[in-house]
Amino acid sequence: MKTIGHIKGITSNLVTVVVDGPVSQNEICYIILEDVKLMAEVIKIIGDLAYIQVFESTRGLKSGMKVEFEDHLLEVVLAPGLLSQIYDGLQNDLAYLSTLFLEKGVISPAVDYDAIWAFTPLAKVGDIVTAGDWLGSVPEKFIEHKIMVPFAMKEQYTVKSVIKKGDYKVTEKIAVITDSEGNDHDITMVQHWAVKEAITAYKEKPRPYKVLETGMRAIDTFNPLAEGGTGFIPGPFGAGKTVLQHAISKQAEADVIVMIACGERANEVVEIFAEYPHLDDPHTGHKLIERTTIICNTSNMPVAAREASVYTGMAIGEYYRAMALKVLLLADSTSRWAQALREMSNRLEELPGPDAFPMDLSAVISNYYSRAGIVTLNNGQTGSVTFLGTVSPAGGNLKEPVTESTKKSARCFYALSQQRADSKRYPAIDPIDSYSKYLEYPEIEKYLEESRENGWVKKVNGAKTLILRGKEAYEQINILGDDSVPIEYHDKYWKSELIDFGFLQQDSFDKMDSNCPKDRQHFMFNLVMDICYSEFKHKGFEECSKFYKEVINELRQMNFCEFNGDKFKEYKSQVDKLISSQRI
Amino acid sequence: METKAFQRVYTKIENITKATVTVKASGVGNEELATVNGNLAQVVKIDGDRITLQVFSGTEGIATNSEVIFQGTPPTLKVGDQLTGRIFNAFGEPIYGNKDIGGEEREIGGPTVNPYKRIQPSEFIPTGIAGIDLNNALVSGQKIPFFADPDQPYNQVMAEVALRAKADRIILGGMGISNDDFLYFKNVFENAGASDRIVFFVNTTENPPVERLLIPDMTLTAAEYFAVDKGEKVLVLLTDMTLYADALAIVSNRMDQIPSKDSMPGSLYSDLAKIYEKAVQLPNGGSITIIAVTTLSNGDITHAVPDNTGYITEGQLFLRNDSDTGKVIVDPFRSLSRLKQLVIGSKTREDHPQVMNAAIRLYADAANAKTKLENGFDLTDYDQRTLKFAKDYSNELLAIDINIDVTKMLDTTWDLFARYFDKAEVALKNELVVKYWPK
Repeated sequence: MKTIGHIKGITSNLVTVVVDGPVSQNEICYIILEDVKLMAEVIKIIGDLAYIQVFESTRGLKSGMKVEFEDHLLEVVLAPGLLSQIYDGLQNDLAYLSTLFLEKGVISPAVDYDAIWAFTPLAKVGDIVTAGDWLGSVPEKFIEHKIMVPFAMKEQYTVKSVIKKGDYKVTEKIAVITDSEGNDHDITMVQHWAVKEAITAYKEKPRPYKVLETGMRAIDTFNPLAEGGTGFIPGPFGAGKTVLQHAISKQAEADVIVMIACGERANEVVEIFAEYPHLDDPHTGHKLIERTTIICNTSNMPVAAREASVYTGMAIGEYYRAMALKVLLLADSTSRWAQALREMSNRLEELPGPDAFPMDLSAVISNYYSRAGIVTLNNGQTGSVTFLGTVSPAGGNLKEPVTESTKKSARCFYALSQQRADSKRYPAIDPIDSYSKYLEYPEIEKYLEESRENGWVKKVNGAKTLILRGKEAYEQINILGDDSVPIEYHDKYWKSELIDFGFLQQDSFDKMDSNCPKDRQHFMFNLVMDICYSEFKHKGFEECSKFYKEVINELRQMNFCEFNGDKFKEYKSQVDKLISSQRI
Repeated sequence: METKAFQRVYTKIENITKATVTVKASGVGNEELATVNGNLAQVVKIDGDRITLQVFSGTEGIATNSEVIFQGTPPTLKVGDQLTGRIFNAFGEPIYGNKDIGGEEREIGGPTVNPYKRIQPSEFIPTGIAGIDLNNALVSGQKIPFFADPDQPYNQVMAEVALRAKADRIILGGMGISNDDFLYFKNVFENAGASDRIVFFVNTTENPPVERLLIPDMTLTAAEYFAVDKGEKVLVLLTDMTLYADALAIVSNRMDQIPSKDSMPGSLYSDLAKIYEKAVQLPNGGSITIIAVTTLSNGDITHAVPDNTGYITEGQLFLRNDSDTGKVIVDPFRSLSRLKQLVIGSKTREDHPQVMNAAIRLYADAANAKTKLENGFDLTDYDQRTLKFAKDYSNELLAIDINIDVTKMLDTTWDLFARYFDKAEVALKNELVVKYWPK
């Protein structure tokens, strides 16, 4: 028997309902409005009064309308067919809907229930299995999509039967497993999961020990993101957060990308729909869209669904992680999610925290970030969810609650600076303020020494110091004037500019420069650092700046050429010539 | 508002505050319209049979026995071709002439376009103003505000842009504009012979401020009619969005909501996004392009209104008084059109992106030279030349009184390069230099 309720009060998208039976916190319910049902979630209960947040416009709702409670929490559908899909925050397939406008109460299936999948069994009769263990697999795009014991099944089971290799629909029974009391459970390719709970069907979650290559020099070399790690990109509007995230989604060395457009511009998502089907994944050669799932809850969609969207994306990411895949989860922007929390907290008349955000904002954010990670599955294989979110600080001020709360939980901080953006130094990642905690991990240091060279982290820190020295020298030059400072000041300043222009800056719109693989980064970084550690004779500050400008120009040309191609080598020899002409 | 048959009338008001009244009634829908003593009001809260209504004109003079009549529908607009050339108030009623315009009644503030059905914007909108076309090209389906101080001529610039933009339809939503500005727009459009493609929705400073909350939705419902039903290219002008946000703050304050930054409601971002995101390129060829005005206080873009706007819109156009030339220019540093990449160099001449960047870079060098000069340092020969370049660049290109086509703008920029610099200093791609450097 479902619990039934009737609407008592309405304030914006917060509705109070008098209920006739048990309800649970975060339970899903539907308001019956003429011929459609509006989805809502319970967020507070007082006596027989349930407070629900409605995922749609509440226009036209009346006191006394019927509400049906579903006896389950907000769930995602996990099954083959999630890749290349474009969902709203509640996992409605947007491509499936035929109307131009998103009409009230319209829902669409998350996956195609009629599609046929080529199933291959992986488990045998008699195997002992627990949640997340693989029973079989189907090819989805170019990955082997594993069919697992549903995550919600918490006991130990024995495989009683597995269907033979063949073509099946997702809803067909593919296995039967038996629990300790002898009860049989039918397994299909579809399972449901309550999105706000982390999927923990793995053996262990070690500290991250590998670097996830993103193809961005300012990230991979200067402040690497670990596989299974977390990072965030705060920046004022116009600093290039979205361009940076899109660039990473195109190039990153991941098996699956989940992009969450959370309360952002629809035209930015349209760019993904329009371009990704035509762009190649640089690692596999398949089309980018084939490895991508998009959760699109743009800024004009209902606020409550925006909150759900980040969890929907995370649950899908964790699902693919359990197949031993490398998942990269991107959310743009987590500030919009925090604002959704603020709007609801406000309507619930909770006492506000800083800037009217809810008091538990920090806890909610860190709980979310903690779901990322590299894990060892029960079968010994590894999978990972790496999370990178953007933050849109109000007024560009990094001392606001969302940035501060995120800083406490994310391990990488990529601060985009307005000043760099204004002077068109892209990516605008500030080399001084940004950091990656992973550089301090001995595991990562070891990994970098093996994949690059000995003493790599030391070298990177050396480059950071040079940039800081250069900035100090520049300030002195500005205060005292070009000819009133020793020539070493100019040399220091220009060395930092050399690292900036020759290495850190990268053109996301250039075909060659946009993606810089690790070997190329290794080579360029060594070249730039060699120059920086050399001493040069300069006649005066004008000659000094002329010399470095020429070197920078040649380095930039190298970045635009094919690695180790003829042109590249030509520019390299130009650099060598310039250097040897002035080196002491 | 005329009274329809079978409407229920209530005459016992329980509570009256500055902006709201509460009455006991049943069968009332959320956001439904009503009249209270003849004044238009909207349902904002339902608690059992206690219905709270926000009275747009304020509650002055309303008595506990005033008549409350529910209309049974949320705010609507009658759409049709007969909207053209007419001027409406915030409730969608014609201000002048025949009150009954007929047409199909549509709810305002309707649903969102499915993002999947959108088309990537790709049509260049030339305005003749080089500060816009050259450096910040506009694209149909874009949403972009002018960020300007109250003393700057933003309404004039916007009217110019609207007339030159070659849109099928121009719909102006005036919020809290002065009667003088309203008459200015009216005259400019009438004198330009554009009455046959203009629709006005106006709330002037003479009207109650809360009424202006309806203006953007009215304006955009009309825009959707012309773009979706008729496949037209519609240009929507919204001025001034800061005054709209002020009205939001007033209401939120009267509803006892906890204010967030700068006394604005916590939902400001969503409220503004709902409006701006109506900008769209449709599959049928129709489009809605939104050009808005956000007035700043002393150029402060960290205030909640411009700040939230910047995160929603696809760029912003900054107006600035240029002390070198005494003209108002479109600031090349702080202005940005996020969609310009979709048209420059493809819909305009191939050299557009490079020429644009080189000119801005040289203009930035001039700004550095100026700082040097102010700090009392000697200027190099190069510094001197950048200063001269900057002055001509402001005068011949950035000033808002320029009206030339984009090819002429590019030619003018090449002329300026050649006037003050050698080829290496401009550092453009060699093939472009060979082709376009003035002989």
